[in-house]
Amino acid sequence: MEGELAHIGAGLAAIGSGAAAIGVGHVAGNFLAGALRNPSAAAGQTATLFIGIAFAEALGIFSFLVALLLMFAV
Amino acid sequence: MAGEANSESGGLEFHPLDQFEVHRIFGEGPIHWYTITNVTMWMAIAVVCIVLLLVIGTRKRAVVPNRTQSVAETLYGFVYTMVEDVTGKDGIKYFPYIFTLFIFILISNFLGLLPMAFTTTSHIAVTAILAFAVFFTVTILGFFKNGAAFLGLFWVSSAPLALRPILAVIEIISYFVRPVSHSIRLAGNLMAGHAVLKVFAGFAQVGLIVAPVAILGVVAIYALEVLVSAIQAYVFTILTCVYLKDALHPSH
Repeated sequence: MEGELAHIGAGLAAIGSGAAAIGVGHVAGNFLAGALRNPSAAAGQTATLFIGIAFAEALGIFSFLVALLLMFAV
Repeated sequence: MAGEANSESGGLEFHPLDQFEVHRIFGEGPIHWYTITNVTMWMAIAVVCIVLLLVIGTRKRAVVPNRTQSVAETLYGFVYTMVEDVTGKDGIKYFPYIFTLFIFILISNFLGLLPMAFTTTSHIAVTAILAFAVFFTVTILGFFKNGAAFLGLFWVSSAPLALRPILAVIEIISYFVRPVSHSIRLAGNLMAGHAVLKVFAGFAQVGLIVAPVAILGVVAIYALEVLVSAIQAYVFTILTCVYLKDALHPSH
């Protein structure tokens, strides 16, 4: 029973990875929209872009970590 | 983490977390703090690679650089402009520390990509020490440089007066969460990437038809891992620079 519940929990935790995908796409899409309006200012903001992507992705990685731990370490 | 699949459904065996086990290299017995383990060995290999790249590569100090010197100079210039842009002129004196962080994480990440290699930065123990070292350095530096004015970091003067206490509590909590997220981001990204590699490789055991697809999947994830390794080293370093800037010039 515990094995099955752990697997179900892992599947639920993987929904967080989908949420991270939405977040990263949001950040990158807004950057793209701004960069197409003002290309010369876009080059200076690539650092901010990467920091934003990393923040959004980190939280998705946390939930993926939970899924992995439930699958293989519980 | 035992890394054992708790049920082998349909006869497939997946052990993607076994690669993160720490074990001795020489002899048997318990692991003390002075034991040479695979973590120690791969950290030593990383240091040797860094010395080969940066020290031996730039030994000739040619005005027209050869390839190794060119790579070393590119890395140096990249981190130098990053530190200068983010922290300003008075942050340059912390450049050696930040460059050490960057090159160690970069080379450790890249070395972990070799087959049969061990990624030292995928362990939360390693990245937590790196992140907490940054946190303590930055906090102590902030108090030395600014005294009590460092606490102005938490007092948001651009908000209405009634909201400031609540915002101060939120700011303090998010300040103390910084080393946690800083460390877990690096460790989680690398551990997740390598575990996914092993899972995709495990799919090849399903059958002869599925095996080439699984191998193509491994190649694709591998390319993503190369990108993620470089980006995570960059993100760790630039966040360190941002925290340093907050410590040197606390303002809101």
